[in-house]
Amino acid sequence: MSARDEILGRVRTALRDVPGTETPADVAVDRPEPRPTTHEDVELFAERVADYKATVVRCTPEDLPTHLAAALEGVPRLLAPADLPEDLRPADAILDEQLTTAELDTVDGVLTTAALGIAETGTIVLDHGPGQGRRAATLVPDRHVCVVRTDQVVADVAAAVARLEPTRPLTWISGPSATSDIELDRVEGVHGPRTLIVLLVG
Amino acid sequence: MSATFLGTPAFPTAARAALADTQLRRNLAHATGTIRAKRAAVVGEVDEWERLRLAGAALKDRTLRHLDTYLVQLEESLTRAGATVHWARDAAEANRIVVDIARVHGTDEVVKVKSMATAEIGLNEALEAAGIHAWETDLAELIVQLGEDLPSHILVPAIHRNRSEVREIFLREMGRHGKAAPRDLTDTPAELAAAARAHLREKFLRAKVAVSGANFAVAETGTLAVVESEGNGRMCLTLPEVLVSVVGIEKLVPTWADLDVFLQLLPRSSTGERMNPYTSMWTGVTPGDGPQEVHVVLLDNGRTDVLADEVGRQALRCIRCSACLNVCPVYERTGGHSYGSVYPGPIGAILTPMLRGVGHDTQLDSLPYASSLCGACFEVCPVRIDIPEVLVHLRTKVVDAHRGEPKVQNLAMKAASWALSDARRTAAAEKVSGAVGRVLRGTKRRAPGGRGVLGALPGPAAAWSDARDVPVPAPESFRAWWARTDGGRRGNGGAK
Ligand code: SF4
Repeated sequence: MSARDEILGRVRTALRDVPGTETPADVAVDRPEPRPTTHEDVELFAERVADYKATVVRCTPEDLPTHLAAALEGVPRLLAPADLPEDLRPADAILDEQLTTAELDTVDGVLTTAALGIAETGTIVLDHGPGQGRRAATLVPDRHVCVVRTDQVVADVAAAVARLEPTRPLTWISGPSATSDIELDRVEGVHGPRTLIVLLVG
Repeated sequence: MSATFLGTPAFPTAARAALADTQLRRNLAHATGTIRAKRAAVVGEVDEWERLRLAGAALKDRTLRHLDTYLVQLEESLTRAGATVHWARDAAEANRIVVDIARVHGTDEVVKVKSMATAEIGLNEALEAAGIHAWETDLAELIVQLGEDLPSHILVPAIHRNRSEVREIFLREMGRHGKAAPRDLTDTPAELAAAARAHLREKFLRAKVAVSGANFAVAETGTLAVVESEGNGRMCLTLPEVLVSVVGIEKLVPTWADLDVFLQLLPRSSTGERMNPYTSMWTGVTPGDGPQEVHVVLLDNGRTDVLADEVGRQALRCIRCSACLNVCPVYERTGGHSYGSVYPGPIGAILTPMLRGVGHDTQLDSLPYASSLCGACFEVCPVRIDIPEVLVHLRTKVVDAHRGEPKVQNLAMKAASWALSDARRTAAAEKVSGAVGRVLRGTKRRAPGGRGVLGALPGPAAAWSDARDVPVPAPESFRAWWARTDGGRRGNGGAK
């Protein structure tokens, strides 16, 4: 018998006590609904992102170029997804046209957009669609500058899951990488970008 | 370069050794206390926490009661998304599958993101036996691996090591396995983390094959999720060409929409954060992004035995948050090693004996007794596993399995009074005790408070005293002291 059939057989034997007529829906699940977004959620999002030692800059679309330039200071080699909107893209950015991992390791920072932001947890989610780059592009460089529009902020995790498309790869980011593995002392910045700057526009 | 839990003595013996280790106890008390407070604060923020717990438990029950349906659905979703699905009846089969995949790609190393399932099956040892290095990339796992040590906590596996020990291990070992630590490395956690970053980056950039577990697997979509903090998970899940994920069959959730309940329960219960720094989700292969060859190994290894136990089944809801460890008065004092398993603490005390079976191994049979049944674990458990209920149920099973054997405790009590009634025999017991103590810790054992304690008593008392600290008898009995000093009025009135 194949391992598959044997395991499925063992599972069925183990579940002999479950009536054959029972369906999954018969096991009742009562769960909290997603919370609707309010205008306070943008403020909450900014606060909670900052709680994780990420830098949050709130600005209007008009101010964005100035703040973007400041966020990219000290990043001589900047990577940008090839489909990053032109109005965001600094002239000297290196476009990611399938750079090798070793090449990615030579850039100093990366600039992307995001799929959405979650107020309650201070999370940004990338679905690696247009403007967000493939997964490696936001991982290997040491600084990640991420532009989030205020209308992309949702209230809570349930609302985020409802909006996201699971067939896409997803990266949920809540502050820069961190470890508390040595005597529980929190250290920000281990393997991912050690600096995370979120520009919240709108 | 690996250690195993094989040969761990029964819980009481192992625990006694751990109790004598004051460094360990200090670290543990600090760690569990800190995480407990953080958890309580962020759980308090969620108005509907109890409703979320009930939803988490109900969703897992739904999955488990219809597991065959969901497993078949997961297999279909994964296959559709371009992943290859393997099934493994036991540890050996799972290990063989992973070794074969690594071999096909002609690699002699894999990078690994921390996974309880791969620790459970001893994958690193199996890979090493096949000439393939398995590099642990979680900072704590790296400390454990380089120190040829064992993890002691689910969440912070190296909590038994302090910073100066970590520095020594890095200075001594990193160079032997890759990029050496800087010679002027200090013991500040930031510098130690930076040394780990540099050491591991070399391995991430060149690795062809990565091995992970998964926190969740969505049957409906074939989506796998890994929840982490350091970014080593993202590295492993993104950079190598080939990704193999070993997933216990209890990790399923029915639909994508169910995932949010667990993404709320897990980080708050585990690290006491509103959300952990990084969560990665992937569904099979995404062209041009991440690994282009994706394998999923669905692992049984005793889980169907747990499923068959109607009382114990609930243990399969566990999302490995480790909250029950942090509130457990027994765990806080003994640490993880005493449980002799990759699953320590209250959840380990029920899961390990059920995965491996009761009635045939003293170590396993001792685990359901490693609890005061105070119930704190149930109260914090985000999926409401009634651990005390299962502990009592398993104690019954252990007793049933040993029915007909002589009543160990009565026999031991008689033997103890025999041993303690004679100074010569007591001296013999102390000698044995000293020897046992040295073997266990290399120091004379002290009970909390510094009182000397006897180790195992000789002869038939051993079984009883194994589980208890017997105070060292005074060198002189009260009656002898009274006679010698006239009740303390004469000569040296102090104790001998
Ligand atoms: S038993 Fe509950 S509290 Fe313990 S690790 Fe599992 S999910 Fe967490």
